[in-house]
Amino acid sequence: MMQNTENVLRIHEISKNLGGKAILKSCSLDVARGELKVLIGPSGAGKSTLLQCINCLIQPDSGEIWLNGQQLRRHDKKELCAFRTQVGMIFQDFNLFDHLTAEANVAVALRKVKGMNRHDALQRAREELGRVGLARRAALYPAQLSGGQKQRVAIARALAMDPTVILLDEPTSALDPELVGEVLAVIRDLARGGMTMVMATHQMDFARALATEILFMEQGVIIERGTPDALLAAGAGTRTQAFFTRLQDMGDESAS
Amino acid sequence: MIDTAFYMQEVLPALNKGLLISLALIVPAGIIGFVCGVALGVIRVFGGALPRKLGDWYTSLIRGVPLAVQLMMVYYALPHCGIYFDPYGAALLSFILCSAAYHSEYIRGALLSISQGQVRAAQALGMTMAQTVLWIIVPQAARRALPGCGNEIIYLIKYSSLAYLVTCMELMGEGKVLASDTFRYMEVFLAVGAYYLAMVTVATWILRWLEQHYAIPGFGSR
Ligand SMILES: Nc1ncnc2c1ncn2[C@@H]1O[C@H](COP(=O)(O)OP(=O)(O)O)[C@@H](O)[C@H]1O
Ligand SMILES: [Mg+2]
Repeated sequence: MMQNTENVLRIHEISKNLGGKAILKSCSLDVARGELKVLIGPSGAGKSTLLQCINCLIQPDSGEIWLNGQQLRRHDKKELCAFRTQVGMIFQDFNLFDHLTAEANVAVALRKVKGMNRHDALQRAREELGRVGLARRAALYPAQLSGGQKQRVAIARALAMDPTVILLDEPTSALDPELVGEVLAVIRDLARGGMTMVMATHQMDFARALATEILFMEQGVIIERGTPDALLAAGAGTRTQAFFTRLQDMGDESAS
Repeated sequence: MIDTAFYMQEVLPALNKGLLISLALIVPAGIIGFVCGVALGVIRVFGGALPRKLGDWYTSLIRGVPLAVQLMMVYYALPHCGIYFDPYGAALLSFILCSAAYHSEYIRGALLSISQGQVRAAQALGMTMAQTVLWIIVPQAARRALPGCGNEIIYLIKYSSLAYLVTCMELMGEGKVLASDTFRYMEVFLAVGAYYLAMVTVATWILRWLEQHYAIPGFGSR
């Protein structure tokens, strides 16, 4: 049982000010192996900022980041690069490299960061693309892919690095509704396969079904946390539940 | 009437000799100038505060002074500092210095047009900033800058004719000497003009081929 509760990623009292405003206020987060933590909260709550502070794309002003029991010295450039290879990130707007084919998008970091040769890197890239159902799209450029396919390439690109944990920042928010399902299906398979993930999303049904813990964020503070069952139980009276209900109502309105 | 004998026996041999020198100026200046322009553009966008400022000053200086004056400086002023060039070397150096500055303007704009999202994605994969610039940003920026840089190379072909100012005997220089020897200015310079036109035409083909060869679907020179 000790294995299951082992903390892979530990975020301790991260704070960040931007433009003279406190965007994150002492956010802490412990992620055990195989967990899926879901960050929810209104737009502007600080979810993206928190996720980007975890891999220091935005340098936090204070706080500690631990991976596998090792504290990250986040101003050590070399250590930070090594840390980032272990922490995958999926962005809302995909951020594929526009000049590279799907397989080269996946292979480029294998070659340049992990030092793999071209042949092995491409072979690994094709395997990862196969895993997200894109084996036949390997030679296409980003502009030739749909949004859902782009996001799956981005997931394959992160997976190829063999990350310990993956951070996902609203991976389906930029997608047309009919493309959301294919991306969520890939993430669901990852969760079931035991991948450790922290994900910001507005997909409440997905969160309810798969999250090991939901964290509700508002104005830079994590104000509620708990299992989906606890936070979303009928009559729980939580902010999370109120937010959930509002999202559902909005969904019903736009559907009707 | 076209005096074929004059063209065959005097004009073509002289201008062909000049053409070789012109090409020996244009080809290396075009290639090295472009590479240096990319490097300068990268420094001007991603360099530290001081290198960036120096790069900007350099570019302003080159852009603000006529190329003829730069040529004179390299050929006649540098020897006072103990640096000597033969006419060919002086012309080649000033063309490289000049076109690097102009290329860097196009490259700089193209570098700035690459989305920050891709930079963040590269960093998130563990790439250093240098790797990100080299493997992600520059390949895209170079493609986007290619039409502008191509234009610069077309200009280079024409301003290479200034090399005769420092007695480098390229196409223009040969033409000038022949014309004043024979007093047949119009015929000689008609031919000189045709040679430049031919070079520009060929260069345009090559540049168009390069653009098509490196084109990526959906990745235009926006
Ligand atoms: N560079 C910045 N300068 C100032 N404020 C910023 C900057 N980036 C984000 N913010 C602010 O931080 C807050 C949180 O943003 P974000 O993390 O993107 O929220 P979320 O992802 O939850 O929608 C927002 O109010 C936003 O306006
Ligand atoms: Mg966000």
